[in-house]
Amino acid sequence: MIAAPSLAFLAQWTGRHSALDPAGPQAERIGDLWWLMFWISTGVFLAVLTALLAAILRRRREEEDAPGPIAPEARHRLTRVVAGAVGVTVVLLFVLLFASVGTGRALGSLSSRQALTIRLTGQQWWWSVEYQDPVPGRMVTTANEIHIPTGRPILVQLESRDVIHSFWVPNLHGKRDLIPGHKGEVWIQADRPGVYRGQCAEFCGHQHALMGLLVVAEPPEAFAAWLEAQRRPAAPPVTPAQKRGQKLVETLPCALCHTIQGTAASGKTGPDLTHLASRRTLAAGTLPNTPGHLAGWIVDPQSIKPGNHMPANTLQSEDLQALLAYLGSLK
Amino acid sequence: MRRFSLLLCLLALAACEREERRFRELPPAAARGLPVRVSVLQPATPLPGPNEPGPYAANAYGISEGKRLYQWYNCSGCHAQGGGGIGPPLMDARWIYGGEPENIRDTIVEGRPNGMPSFGGHIPDDHVWKLVAYVRSMAGLAPKAASSGRSDHMAARPSEQRKKPEEPGTQEARHPG
Repeated sequence: MIAAPSLAFLAQWTGRHSALDPAGPQAERIGDLWWLMFWISTGVFLAVLTALLAAILRRRREEEDAPGPIAPEARHRLTRVVAGAVGVTVVLLFVLLFASVGTGRALGSLSSRQALTIRLTGQQWWWSVEYQDPVPGRMVTTANEIHIPTGRPILVQLESRDVIHSFWVPNLHGKRDLIPGHKGEVWIQADRPGVYRGQCAEFCGHQHALMGLLVVAEPPEAFAAWLEAQRRPAAPPVTPAQKRGQKLVETLPCALCHTIQGTAASGKTGPDLTHLASRRTLAAGTLPNTPGHLAGWIVDPQSIKPGNHMPANTLQSEDLQALLAYLGSLK
Repeated sequence: MRRFSLLLCLLALAACEREERRFRELPPAAARGLPVRVSVLQPATPLPGPNEPGPYAANAYGISEGKRLYQWYNCSGCHAQGGGGIGPPLMDARWIYGGEPENIRDTIVEGRPNGMPSFGGHIPDDHVWKLVAYVRSMAGLAPKAASSGRSDHMAARPSEQRKKPEEPGTQEARHPG
């Protein structure tokens, strides 16, 4: 394609979080448009610079310095040059216009009756993800990580609980805003499996930069297994430490904001923790999900993500270990 | 000279307590735990009454956080937007258990008879103080400069900034008993 002769310095941009490494049909169209614009702009830039350089280096001729009217043949030459340049510019602008409109139409044409519908709610500063299902008991709620099957169109319904956010997974699609009080939607599709990073792309307050999410594209069978696992309530605690941990979650401030399906914790203002241990990151893509990072986050979230809405928790060390043992068991 | 005075004004603004955002609160061990007095009778000379204004009394960020938490912790479930419902109204001058910051803190932390749950241990201490600051701003008892100027959601009443404290006694006259 057009992207084939990619330059060496652009090669390092491609990878996990890049619009130049498309993983779906829409990102591919956007990528094609990007490369078309890039090469046209590069050509125009080089042509202008060459003309400028030629004008600077050209030796002045004696007769041109002489005062008086411009000779008729020189006037004709200049007219032809200017008219030609204007013509080329108009043609190029129309090429870009048609390419842009065509890309826009192609992006809007993706739809399907068997689409998977996901409701994505943005809030300061994390994403709530809800898999829709006609049967309410089969809906799945998770946070900051969207799993999707490959090769199937996904309808993402966008909502915001506080301010304007923007959903942007460069490898899959362009940006789409989440506006409070307005239901937006965007179709996405991934054709090859992989983990694609997304990011809030509309400044939304103190921790806008740390409001990330992951889109995990899996083969349909793996996705079905994942969704079935997410539908189950939280795993019941087994060891004494885990049992103590569950009791702590239900009695400490945790339960006022977080939900763990199958326990007394049913707060709705924080991320759902029912399958916390199955996720890859903590705090909206801020930290890898390891027991050490989780402990640091529980004890002092304000040093990691200042201004976020989770308060610090002072715990005895054995209580913290019990809590970590329980949360680590929530596969 | 003009530039210097402008800079001075900006510096003064930066030092403004109203604008201060403390994201990391004091560790709870540093918070005092005063005994709750259920009776006003005390041996010897009574200890001075509650006069602790609370750490967020004049802090705009703390009061606005209190406003968010008031919804999050479902205070509005009983007290509505301050007008009361299952619970008593919070925007008038009548305080059953006292309207000083310390009284309101005790009410939240310890609970009160006839329905007010005790949130002590379930809500972090700094959240309690933010709620205290907000509840007082509902009644017009917080500094105007620090109170919220508008609501994010549908307004059930004028903003806290426009609320004037009621004269004690007018409430009884309006709602006898």
